Amino acid sequence: MVTPSSTAPSPQPPGTPKKGFKGWLYKRFPVEEFMSDQLTGYYAPKNFNIWYYFGSLALVVLVIQLLTGIFLTMFYKVGEATAFDSVEFIMREVEWGWLIRYLHSTGASFFFIVVYLHMFRALLYGSYKAPRELLWLFGMAVYLALMAEAFMGYVLPWGNMSFWGAQVIVNLFGTIPGIGPGLVEWIRGDYGIADATLNRFFSLHVVAIPLALIMLIVFHLVALRRTGSSNPDGIEIKDKLGPDGKPLDGIPFHPYYTIKDIVGVGVFFILFSIVVFFVPTFGGLFLEAPNFEPANPLSTPEHIAPVWYFTPYYAILRAVPDQRLGALLMFAAVAVWLFLPWLDRSPVKSMRYRGWMSRGALTLFAISFLVLMYLGLQPAEGLYVALARIFTVIYFLFFLGMPIYTSLDPVKPVPQRLTYHAHA
Amino acid sequence: MRTLKTLAASVVAAFALAGVAGAAEEKAGEHEGGALGDSWKSWHAKNEVSNVTSLQRGARNFVSYCEGCHSLKYVRWSRLGTDLEIPEEQLEKLLLPPGDKPADYISASVPAADAEAWFGKAPPDLSLIVRSRGRDYIYQFLKTFYADPSKPTGVNNLRLAGTAMPHVLSELEGVKKAVFKTEEVKGEDGTTHPEQVLEKFEMVLPGRLTEAEYDSFVRDTVNFLDYASEPAQVKRQALGVWVVLFLIAFTWMAWLLKKEYWKDVH
Amino acid sequence: MTVQNGVIAADDDVDNSRRKFLTTATTAMGAVGAAFVLVPFVASWKPSERARALGAPTELDLSKLEPGQMAIVTWRKQQIYVVHRTPQMLQLLSNHDARLKDPKSQKSEQPDYTKNDIRALKPEYLVLIGICTHLGCLPKQRFDPGVPELGADWPGGFFCPCHGSRFDLAGRVFEGSPASVNLRIPPYTIEGDTKLVVGVDANDKNKGAA
Repeated sequence: MVTPSSTAPSPQPPGTPKKGFKGWLYKRFPVEEFMSDQLTGYYAPKNFNIWYYFGSLALVVLVIQLLTGIFLTMFYKVGEATAFDSVEFIMREVEWGWLIRYLHSTGASFFFIVVYLHMFRALLYGSYKAPRELLWLFGMAVYLALMAEAFMGYVLPWGNMSFWGAQVIVNLFGTIPGIGPGLVEWIRGDYGIADATLNRFFSLHVVAIPLALIMLIVFHLVALRRTGSSNPDGIEIKDKLGPDGKPLDGIPFHPYYTIKDIVGVGVFFILFSIVVFFVPTFGGLFLEAPNFEPANPLSTPEHIAPVWYFTPYYAILRAVPDQRLGALLMFAAVAVWLFLPWLDRSPVKSMRYRGWMSRGALTLFAISFLVLMYLGLQPAEGLYVALARIFTVIYFLFFLGMPIYTSLDPVKPVPQRLTYHAHA
Repeated sequence: MRTLKTLAASVVAAFALAGVAGAAEEKAGEHEGGALGDSWKSWHAKNEVSNVTSLQRGARNFVSYCEGCHSLKYVRWSRLGTDLEIPEEQLEKLLLPPGDKPADYISASVPAADAEAWFGKAPPDLSLIVRSRGRDYIYQFLKTFYADPSKPTGVNNLRLAGTAMPHVLSELEGVKKAVFKTEEVKGEDGTTHPEQVLEKFEMVLPGRLTEAEYDSFVRDTVNFLDYASEPAQVKRQALGVWVVLFLIAFTWMAWLLKKEYWKDVH
Repeated sequence: MTVQNGVIAADDDVDNSRRKFLTTATTAMGAVGAAFVLVPFVASWKPSERARALGAPTELDLSKLEPGQMAIVTWRKQQIYVVHRTPQMLQLLSNHDARLKDPKSQKSEQPDYTKNDIRALKPEYLVLIGICTHLGCLPKQRFDPGVPELGADWPGGFFCPCHGSRFDLAGRVFEGSPASVNLRIPPYTIEGDTKLVVGVDANDKNKGAA
């Protein structure tokens, strides 16, 4: 029995002829089908909590970066001799240029804040477990592309940290046995980080990786649509369907989650604007002080560190005294995320129903990620190195020990229906 | 006597260098008898870029004492006039160098190559100095020059030991010397060892300004350089207030809408 | 609609008017916000401070300009013709109004202080934007009266080689020309007697650029 309300989008039988422009359009473009398949007809679990905002927020940040990036490219002049000056030109002489620049630099950092919280949600609720392994892999591909995009974007202003950061990271590829040194020269296009490097990074950052990112994000969403969304209880809502074939514990994405996500976007914009307008450098974390000096191959900044979102991996790199081994371990630290769906042997998806072993491991992992992030920003000396080693071990144990502790973990019985408390 | 002074100077220089390197870790230590010690590293210049009068004084200071060697290559004279509310006639009469047009960028009077030959290092452009080093760094730099006969310029600096820059402001501040004393300082390993500690500054030749006036002078100059580093900062903050207020109102509205629709969900 | 047990039940106390109001209000606020967000992006396309600086007023020392001579300066990327008109040239301006499309300069673009018969602030100096009002070519000077290729009754002026438009020594367009509007005049002022400043409106008390 279907009695539609007058304000909710009315599910008229498809094919009902519409008048005027709408009718003309609907006949030629699958608007109606899209609405009913992806929005009003897509049922999502009704118990999404705060951890479920970050997917839509990531899309918002993507749009911000694309829009501001396009406009920055209108004024930025790529080239060793002109890049730094052109950024100052944007900051001072293009009307509102300073705002467009800060939106883009803040957006880059917020992209990672949102993505890391989005990934943590997956760890909390087992969103990577079957049948969502491919969803997870596409997400990881997005993460990797994002890291490449951010790294190259940071080189473009051609400040001193741009130059030396590029120098250090590109040199890491030299540790690969055999092909290393040749590979580094090939990436750089010159015998040191130079104009050729800057130019190709510009092309990749502005054209190639954004296209790849958009494609991967579309695939990520398509995979999500196929499996349906996970939820904080970790049970599959599709297992309990009502007489109309819709999940008993599901609600149409539109209007319920479209409206709820708008609130999330509002809160996000408040925090985002506070940074953009009041602390755009964020204490030197989002825009680093050494980068306000032009690139100088003859003068290294006091502490070379990547931007904060890379520093957990940087800390792992520096924890190992051997350069080659350190680089290997660093790449492994990124790669190990890919194996999560198969490392996790728990019969239960959500932390809500897992035992103390999984909960303890996740807590330790989260702490180690944050501590490594902090350590990566400090000089690699004294106590910091010892701590980095300890937390690197914890980091890897989270993943490598997972097949064991998720099997032994005393889990709780999982509910039949979603737990949901009607709230504001 | 000279070797002692040289030794003292070089120890202080090493000390200052270590201080710069470990800037994040330093503590403003306690010293016997109220010695200055490292306290100069915590001297702080508050941001007053919204104070246009201070910026105007700072601009005058810059043109009088800094522009000889240092350029502000991203700042136009005309933009300075607009932002600092300086009428064009005054800009041209008091600040604009002869031959320069208002739309020109602020260049140094001395060609960079000559300055490098004279001082051993090209005086850096100062357009972004506050963003790359910080207000406090510049403030401390201008306030910790001291007499050092071992240097070609006759001065050294605590903030930037071995600086090639002469004390161009000495006619205002005067010439001071740094008095060091030996103190037993506790090291990281817990043992004490003797170290040269800055006890005080001693004015050897007074300048035209009192200590308070010179401090004011330096603050205005730092303020001006902060403005030059980011001219849009005042406008940015003013606009930010409105943006955040609007967003709070919008989010509240959206939240009411969400609450209303979610009444449906049980 | 109430969603319970998967069945969309009949809606009883759905306050539809409240929903409509809140939806409208939120959408309206969102639209306002979106409009404000657009402003910086659209405004960023305006000429930058660099463009405005390069487009700053251009000066010319008129004392170096001989009578009957024309100088060309650039202002805002446009050619500016400056002609030192002789008394004879000025005389030749007055008796061919019937052959002009717009002798009183009603339709053309010029500062109000040049909307007179001689189209100038000071009679002896003609300042024009040297761009043909037809399709934008650069007109050539033909100051000598009665030049054979232009006819015995040619009073002197400008001839555009692209499509044959003709203008007199005040830049006014002749009948028979493809152009229909007199040559444009930029804002300018003359300081002292000899300094021409193109780009500053003579009416402005301040020395700001136009």
